[in-house]
Amino acid sequence: MNCDDADVLMHALVDGELDAGHAREVEAHIAGCARCTVKLRDMRDFRAAMVPGALRFKAPAGLRARIEGKLPAAPAAVASRRAVVKGFALGATVSALAASGVLVMVMRTDDERRVLGEMVSAHLRSLQAQHLTDVQSSDQHTVKPWFNGRLDVAPPVIDLTAQGFTLLGGRLDYADAKPVAAIVYRRRVHVINLFCAPAPAAPRRQAKMQSLHGFNVRSWTENGLNLWAISDISPDELTEFGEKFEAALRQ
Amino acid sequence: MAGDPADWNDGGKAERFKALALPHLDAVYTLARYLMRGSAEADDAVQECYLRAFRHFDTFRGGPIKPWLLAILRNVCHGVYASGGRLIYGDSGEAAAPIWREAAETPEQTMLRSQSGDKLRRLLGDLPSEFREVIVLREINELSYRDIATVIEAPIGTVMSRLARAREMLRKAWLAEEGT
Repeated sequence: MNCDDADVLMHALVDGELDAGHAREVEAHIAGCARCTVKLRDMRDFRAAMVPGALRFKAPAGLRARIEGKLPAAPAAVASRRAVVKGFALGATVSALAASGVLVMVMRTDDERRVLGEMVSAHLRSLQAQHLTDVQSSDQHTVKPWFNGRLDVAPPVIDLTAQGFTLLGGRLDYADAKPVAAIVYRRRVHVINLFCAPAPAAPRRQAKMQSLHGFNVRSWTENGLNLWAISDISPDELTEFGEKFEAALRQ
Repeated sequence: MAGDPADWNDGGKAERFKALALPHLDAVYTLARYLMRGSAEADDAVQECYLRAFRHFDTFRGGPIKPWLLAILRNVCHGVYASGGRLIYGDSGEAAAPIWREAAETPEQTMLRSQSGDKLRRLLGDLPSEFREVIVLREINELSYRDIATVIEAPIGTVMSRLARAREMLRKAWLAEEGT
């Protein structure tokens, strides 16, 4: 490590973008180098003076409205406008919409329950078959790359050992007729499977706690991923796990 | 069409897109303001970005949507530059001043400018675009290096060295003004 390297790497260090090994190297160099110590301090001081909020722009309200106006309207809105134009068709349209709405709701609920069942089965299988992990490591930097090329999405592998949930490893599983990533954690003697399936266009969904066959399931959608945390730990602890995971994900 | 789940999904596409993409409007708009010459041009670029993103929403592969949107915006801005040359992009020291630099200053404006936000905005506007954009993406839009690499279509090493230089340039420009 020389000063030229440190000049670049100290920025990555400040941004928290270095792995532990490189971070140690840079810190060791800076600690022993008066020039780089000053540079790092100057840079930190300058960044502190830079307030991102003051540099941000807020989109004008009219712009949002213009964009929304150019995107296709929701199906219900389109139908009701048409219905107003063709006044006589109003009754038929409304009942057709109502019927489709009910159908969609029924299908979604059924679908959700079926997928939930599949996930719990996958959790059970992983416990019974002594096949908890394909890659066994408590290092997120080992587990995460392992999924590369095995799934068309990079699952978030986050080490929560410091928060009381030990990372055991990862596993490729199969649920709902699709490959899914399973990230495996341990809480005391209890196993937590965190299943991740890509859902590119799905909007963010608040976490929901459910119980099935004696297991607790916390499911939510974030960053284009459907996530299910499944375990026999209490709903409170599973909520704690989910919240810590979400907090780490946003960092 | 009623009751066919495929139709329902299609109809809901715009809703899903809005729910995912519109929360990032301010971030997209901010980058546009730093890349385009005027606020009207920034408006147009953002609008074009969202329409283009919606047209290609089927190709969005998941993960965070913000870098995906910002990459589209950047391409839109490039396209404008290629066709009309209205973009600051790629210039460094052209005659026309960016909009956040006031041509003639009243005393009040000078006072305002002395506030760090205005001053930084102006100094940032003076940076060559490849350095300006990494500062906007990292410091203002708070993207990770990996996401910045996605947006500017460059390796992470390039992101790292460019950001290091950009911060150094901005700091020196800042100090040069403090001294005067």
